[in-house]
Amino acid sequence: MTSRKNTSNLSNLYVPEPEFRPGDLPDYSNINLNKEKWPDRPDPLVDAYETEPHATGLVRALKLNGETYGQWDPKLSPDTLRQALRHMLLTRVVDKRMFAMQRQGKLSFYMKSIGEEAIAVATAMALEDTDMVFPSYRQQGILMTRGWPVVDLMNQCLSNKADKLQGKAIPICYSVRDKGFYSISGNLGTQMIQAVGWAMACAYKGTNEVASAFTGEGATAEGDFHYALNFASTYRAPVIINVVNNQWAISTFQGIAAGQSRSFASRGLGFGLASLRVDGNDFLAVYAAVKWASERARNGGGATVIEHFTYRQEGHSTSDDPSAYRAKGEAEAWPFGDPIDRLKEHLIKLGEWDQEQQDALIVELKAHVRESYKKAEAMGTLASPTEINPATMFEQVFEEMPTHLRRQRQELGI
Amino acid sequence: MAEAMKQMNMIQAINSALDIKMSQDPDVLVFGEDVGYFGGVFRCTAGLQEKHGLHRCFDTPIAEGGIIGVAVGMAAYGLRPVAEIQFADYIYPGYDQIASEAARLRYRSNGEFTAPLTIRTPVGGGIHGGQTHSQSPEALFTHIAGLKTIIPSNPYDAKGLLIKAIEDNDPVLFLEPKRLYNGPFSGDPHMPARNWSKHELGEVPEGHYTIDFEKARLHREGADLTILCYGTMVWVAEAAVEATGVDADIVDLRSLMPLDLDAIVKSVNKTGRCLVLHEATRTSGFGAELIAEVQQHCFYALETPIVRVTGWDTPYPHALEWEYFPGLERVSEAITRIMED
Repeated sequence: MTSRKNTSNLSNLYVPEPEFRPGDLPDYSNINLNKEKWPDRPDPLVDAYETEPHATGLVRALKLNGETYGQWDPKLSPDTLRQALRHMLLTRVVDKRMFAMQRQGKLSFYMKSIGEEAIAVATAMALEDTDMVFPSYRQQGILMTRGWPVVDLMNQCLSNKADKLQGKAIPICYSVRDKGFYSISGNLGTQMIQAVGWAMACAYKGTNEVASAFTGEGATAEGDFHYALNFASTYRAPVIINVVNNQWAISTFQGIAAGQSRSFASRGLGFGLASLRVDGNDFLAVYAAVKWASERARNGGGATVIEHFTYRQEGHSTSDDPSAYRAKGEAEAWPFGDPIDRLKEHLIKLGEWDQEQQDALIVELKAHVRESYKKAEAMGTLASPTEINPATMFEQVFEEMPTHLRRQRQELGI
Repeated sequence: MAEAMKQMNMIQAINSALDIKMSQDPDVLVFGEDVGYFGGVFRCTAGLQEKHGLHRCFDTPIAEGGIIGVAVGMAAYGLRPVAEIQFADYIYPGYDQIASEAARLRYRSNGEFTAPLTIRTPVGGGIHGGQTHSQSPEALFTHIAGLKTIIPSNPYDAKGLLIKAIEDNDPVLFLEPKRLYNGPFSGDPHMPARNWSKHELGEVPEGHYTIDFEKARLHREGADLTILCYGTMVWVAEAAVEATGVDADIVDLRSLMPLDLDAIVKSVNKTGRCLVLHEATRTSGFGAELIAEVQQHCFYALETPIVRVTGWDTPYPHALEWEYFPGLERVSEAITRIMED
């Protein structure tokens, strides 16, 4: 195991660095999955401090060989598992298509979620469709699972005339209220405390809904994350606070946000919140953890912090080249595998799936995505002149347009 | 039917507005630091928890970003939260949630999610509060697209405008000039303090009424000078007009965003002279915006340069408060100078 220097010989200031940088050979032999603590599943209304082993260990249900293990296996039907595989694959196929189209100049920007599909899809499947999610920018799998048409996603990314946001937001900043998908801000972390407010509103109105908020591990350093934990704890808000720890915040490794703490999940314990650290590449474990947390929230147990331990397989966005700061081969060496491959292996092990079916499904999804893209492209792309009426720029600033905006619109000549 | 009237100070008027909206609309919630059991450090929420319940009026952690963040989430859900920030000087941790979130949620979601929240916060000086209890940060907020910024100068307006703010479907920042809570202020600390008990603007309907935004109030009608002002400076202007004997329009803007430009233009075109007042620091202050509009729309009517009297570009000092504050003396001098020009 190599260890990079964390101080210079000019100063005692400690600045953490990741284990591997370009030129290093990634080596994760220190992570021995057989020796990791796999904590049992407690009662969802357990005292928050009883989840200490879960916050620092790793909740898992699926071994790398496709077999299940322990109390967290949600024992889903083969049909449900096949649905999950379909949603995850669709997400990946869409991501690849949009990435390619960005490279062709058809949209300004895109963000893939490759390697993180289990987190979004399992969340959507474990929650009720009426539970509002407050996403960050790698949870498009929730939209796939909740049945938002792919063409609508593409229209938004292309800012074309069929984009229901009328080109007001950059690509991937979706807003889909009827699919329980809160407007993505683009400012990191702000949604966490808003989700707590939403959950407080649910409690106030006496509904049985929960809210579910997502942040990457990097943005847990924002004040909004800490506000969220504090308010969620104080008012016992029915909210799930998800930290997707994919190891990298653009070029910044997770240790810059984590400091000396043992896990991101353990941040919750200090606020008296139940906290789970989950293998984010294990669909079954994520599903079980979200079910556990939602059951806790719906029964008055308050919020849960879930750290999804995963790996960002690709660049941060289409504007990013991770080879400038990550060691080559790191994604391949990552010891927790790929979430889609792992669920596929599980289904095959159950005798409920085979490679032929997998291949056929991919062909079907690719055809669907290709067709959807054709429809979207016909409505315009960034490469074609915009057909959005310029007058709409002044709309939705306020409910009713005040005089000064009316005058500015006239100044623009419309 | 004659409306039942009651003499109120601005604190009571604000309390009455909150009480009425909480009674009328179960979706109205009031929260902030010390607002619950205690009723707020300025007593604006006194009695609301006892009357409407712990779940309707409650204390929050000391986290302005958290207070405004949960208010955005509640408002997006469909509630009408009224958040109190104890002093405007403490609002900055919540600035991102106001500027990037509350103000832009409607736009970025093209109307799918909205943030009908009201943020109440005391502003302004004259209370020996020093740099952490005296600031007037309105210009930092009027610069934000998607946010309305309101500042009343008297109990009658405070109640009608606050009810309007709570009923508005967009986020409203409601600035309360704390020096006016108990009475008008001439800008001269040596003059005897006045209270609202005998003032006609302290006569407030007991029931529900609203005052529209984007409507200035002509506080005093005159012929020779237009004074554009808001909040505490309305009363300083009134005292300075009395002291100098100049026949001036005093335009109480009340609604900074959206702004009643027509009222401003009408007055300056009539008088040909314009004085702009605010407590806030000068550079990039709201006065700069007013002056730009006046020169563009009233250029040919102006007989003299537009003058502004403001706080200096320093942090708000403690010991030298009356050298900092644009009080009666400085405003009177400016009026005299303009009229001699």
